[in-house]
Amino acid sequence: MTTTAPDSTATGTTVRQQVLVLYLASSALDSRTVGWSTYDGTGATSPTTGDSDVPPYASGLEALKDGWRLFQAAQLLPPQPGHEYDVSFLKHEFFFEKLVTV
Amino acid sequence: MPHPHRKNLLTSVQMAHFVATGALRMDAVVPDEMNQQALDVLRAGVPAVPYGTPLSEAFVDSEFVQRLVQLPEVAGAIHSLVGPEPTVDHHAVHIRKANEGEAQNLHGDAIIDVREDAFDVQLMYYPQEVTLEMGGTLSVPGSHLRRTNESDTGRYQNLLGQTRLTCPAGTVVFLHHGIWHGGRRNDSAIDRYMFKIRFNPTVRQVRLWNLDDLYDEQVAAELGQTFPWYENATGRLEIYNRVKLWQKLTGDDTFDPDYWVTRVSNRPQRVISQRSLNPHAAKKVTA
Repeated sequence: MTTTAPDSTATGTTVRQQVLVLYLASSALDSRTVGWSTYDGTGATSPTTGDSDVPPYASGLEALKDGWRLFQAAQLLPPQPGHEYDVSFLKHEFFFEKLVTV
Repeated sequence: MPHPHRKNLLTSVQMAHFVATGALRMDAVVPDEMNQQALDVLRAGVPAVPYGTPLSEAFVDSEFVQRLVQLPEVAGAIHSLVGPEPTVDHHAVHIRKANEGEAQNLHGDAIIDVREDAFDVQLMYYPQEVTLEMGGTLSVPGSHLRRTNESDTGRYQNLLGQTRLTCPAGTVVFLHHGIWHGGRRNDSAIDRYMFKIRFNPTVRQVRLWNLDDLYDEQVAAELGQTFPWYENATGRLEIYNRVKLWQKLTGDDTFDPDYWVTRVSNRPQRVISQRSLNPHAAKKVTA
């Protein structure tokens, strides 16, 4: 599927996506934030690795209340047999977006 | 290399701290006089070392590095972690340029490495005072047992409770090979230097440290700690894997203070019920 960002040549404005990724303590969207990443499609900011010690929202629900729109949540997958005690990537990953007119 | 004096070996509590966090920090352990020389030495470059060179032979052409690894506290830590005469995997001078504008992605070095009874360590030496603005190494306490491959973790920008290193000049940090880390963006006007050596053990890593405090309560406390970025459920698996590693390092498979391993390993084999009590057993018909 291909989508095109809305572009209003008449007004000289266009829409860009800001992405917020929250890693939560459980699969519940209102559980506490344990990790976070942000990507700014407007180019106005340049978030990067290790740039903050304080999460932008205490939970996924707090992000919703501030207008972020959830567009992807990690699936709940059972461990592979024989690997039940392995630890690897963070499991509870939630992608949010805001559309910003620039 | 001579055997380090017992007083310079790590304690059991320090080893347990390393097993829990994946890191051991020694602030200002390198004397100022060496720190003053270090930048010139590192700028000039340290001669390359073939993979697998014994430590005692690796730096015959670098008097400065020999002195660094022979500092009593440093030598004691190396011995405690990887044993006598480890081999040098590789070394590197890392420079985060002033105002360079980019950070490294969060990563583990080399490739995915899932050894359960052995580990490499990386010595990281910071000859300058490192401020927050200078982009000191980011590392994630307790991430070293995660089974991930190199920069596949690059999506993670910040984790709660991460360590953004600030330290006095002359600090040495030892990191487990698996720890998630990365050089942060240097937003200062000062180039930041770090010298790294990766060591491979050549002996089984069993009871190589000072064992006087092996049964100190603080050992279990170190091994039982959790970190703010752990998810609720996976955090329990971290303790499980940590206990398994401590059992390997001590040769004591009974160590399990909170029963995480014992509970899920308990599969008794003794059968006490009589066959005759089995309701599905064929009934004997007596005449």
